[in-house]
Amino acid sequence: MESKLRELLSDAELLGFYEQMVLSREFEESCAEQYTKGHITGFLHLYSGQEAVAVGTTAGLQKEDYILSAYRDHAQAIVRGADPNRVMAELFGKATGICKGKGGSMHLFDPKLNFMGGYAIVAGQFPIAVGLAFAAKLKQEERIVTCFFGDGSMNQGNFHEALNWSRVWDLPVLYICENNFYGIGTVVQRASALPALHRRTCGYDIPSEKVDGMDVIAVYEAVKRAAAWIRERQRPYFIEAVTYRFRGHSMADPATYRSSAEQEIWRSRDPIPNFAKRLIDEGITDQAALDEIDARCTARVEEAVRFAEESPWPEDSAVWEDIYV
Amino acid sequence: MPHLNMVQAINQALAQEMERDDRVVLLGEDIGKDGGVFRVTEGLWERFGAERVIDTPLSESGIVGTAIGMAAYGLRPVPEIQFLGFAYAALDQIFTHAARIRNRSRGRYSCPMVIRTPYGGGIKAPELHEESSEALFCHMPGIKVVVPSGPYHAKGLLLQALRDPDPVLFLEPTRLYRMIREEVPEGEYTIPLGKARVVREGKQVTVVSWGSMLERVLKAVGPEAEVIDLMTLSPFDAETVLASVRKTGRAVVVQEAPKTGGFGAEIVATIAEEAILYLRGPVLRVAAPDVTMPLPKLIDAYLPTMDHISNAVQEVLRY
Ligand SMILES: Cc1ncc(C[n+]2csc(CCOP(=O)(O)OP(=O)(O)O)c2C)c(N)n1
Ligand SMILES: [Mg+2]
Repeated sequence: MESKLRELLSDAELLGFYEQMVLSREFEESCAEQYTKGHITGFLHLYSGQEAVAVGTTAGLQKEDYILSAYRDHAQAIVRGADPNRVMAELFGKATGICKGKGGSMHLFDPKLNFMGGYAIVAGQFPIAVGLAFAAKLKQEERIVTCFFGDGSMNQGNFHEALNWSRVWDLPVLYICENNFYGIGTVVQRASALPALHRRTCGYDIPSEKVDGMDVIAVYEAVKRAAAWIRERQRPYFIEAVTYRFRGHSMADPATYRSSAEQEIWRSRDPIPNFAKRLIDEGITDQAALDEIDARCTARVEEAVRFAEESPWPEDSAVWEDIYV
Repeated sequence: MPHLNMVQAINQALAQEMERDDRVVLLGEDIGKDGGVFRVTEGLWERFGAERVIDTPLSESGIVGTAIGMAAYGLRPVPEIQFLGFAYAALDQIFTHAARIRNRSRGRYSCPMVIRTPYGGGIKAPELHEESSEALFCHMPGIKVVVPSGPYHAKGLLLQALRDPDPVLFLEPTRLYRMIREEVPEGEYTIPLGKARVVREGKQVTVVSWGSMLERVLKAVGPEAEVIDLMTLSPFDAETVLASVRKTGRAVVVQEAPKTGGFGAEIVATIAEEAILYLRGPVLRVAAPDVTMPLPKLIDAYLPTMDHISNAVQEVLRY
């Protein structure tokens, strides 16, 4: 049988997608456990359910491209290549954390990976993405700046300002809207005049499309196409990835505003088992091999937890560091 | 009398005022159907309907700006900002319009609204979720800044703020939301704005504080200290502070915000201007260092502790 997936990507790449999604899920579910145990405190926003967006998008980009995100940022950092040990240590607030245990869950940065930050302020990342893209263009360095954000953030002024500027100046920005239908408890229809979010870019003459954010291949294909388009024309592009978060907004949110029927429908669209099935159906792998990947990811996350647990706390004097040079 | 925590006391004040005055409307992110991120507005959407407990899109500037329009028209809007750190996205509307409508229209329009927001540290969240930037707002003429230190005062001050003809920033210390329970009368009562209270009388040193630090001050100091809860930071009650300092001859100001340019500096300056001849020694500030609020592990090295407070008191008592 002719394999559709094999026409697009190598087996190793396809299994890599699977592994990254599983690693992200395992990481997030482990975070939930560590939060319950009190090892992680504060506000913890988990990505479970949305993995296909981070994995598909990151795979469609180049290493030189910049990535910015919001506060639901663990998976995006890890998929980009951040060390899960150091991300977990950051969530624990340990000195070995990716930001020395001072920033926490919502503010992951890793310049070596061109990962320009999680941002706890909703929509804070938009104009920063524009500035990065402007600088890249000025220095004639071929880079796309990819900006992840949620449906809710599109109602902030920053969003509109960024869209306008990036088109006025024709900058290589790729906007990735993760439409999971909710900003905390507010459903998109009650917050956006136009619930078809990708259509909101027409006022800025920025082309856009909607993609199934529960399908890692669909996301990857869309991003790859968009990235090529942006590189060629040096202009912004917008993708709305329709997805769903399986957990509450944060660990503090019981998410009573979503019916169990609605949640069940989306659970049945879980990007991981559906992709697994496709891999098996198309003869790329078998269940035993996938089980092995699952086990590897579980072990990887266990190692991250162990690393975080065993890492030292920051010294009190660290409070004074990294404010001015 | 029922024992309430601060969340319940604020909820009760909002409900009572909405009952009494149909011009009062609430607006903010997730405050309606969801009851608010800290559940302060729980039950109000069901009781007063979606037209008076308004879920807004995610846009702080929009929330405050819209509230200004509503207020100028004659409503009494109560915008909620989910955390004080998110109010920075609304500073433009707060500073450039809310604070100035009365003056700019030469008294012909006013802007009666209460911006409610949780603020302050010690809730194990980083950075913008623990900001204590009250001084920024105190610097801006035209907006009052009120900070309760417990459930009883939260209710009385909020009811008064809701009846005030001018914009009020009502800062709710997040750390205290569910920490303190106290007797809160069921009926209406108001506590005047612009008045401090002497919480505990003492003869040797005046300790001035507000919000969540007050609870630490009361635990940290002995009977030698006269403790003052400012309650309103802008305009602040200099008379009560000065009268106390003239009596004790010593003063310590305790704030949870970073030291430089904090509101404590204003109090110290006022004491220097008005009561310096009564002083026996330096006036000390206990404050957080001038750095960004860190993650929980470093919070004890950041927030003023009881030790910091009692050390400062002992230090000024040497004079
Ligand atoms: C300026 C600002 N306002 C409010 C918040 C509180 N808040 C955090 S996330 C969020 C909802 C954002 O929803 P969305 O953009 O759809 O992202 P999602 O959480 O669904 O990933 C809100 C209101 C914030 N962090 N920053
Ligand atoms: Mg969302």
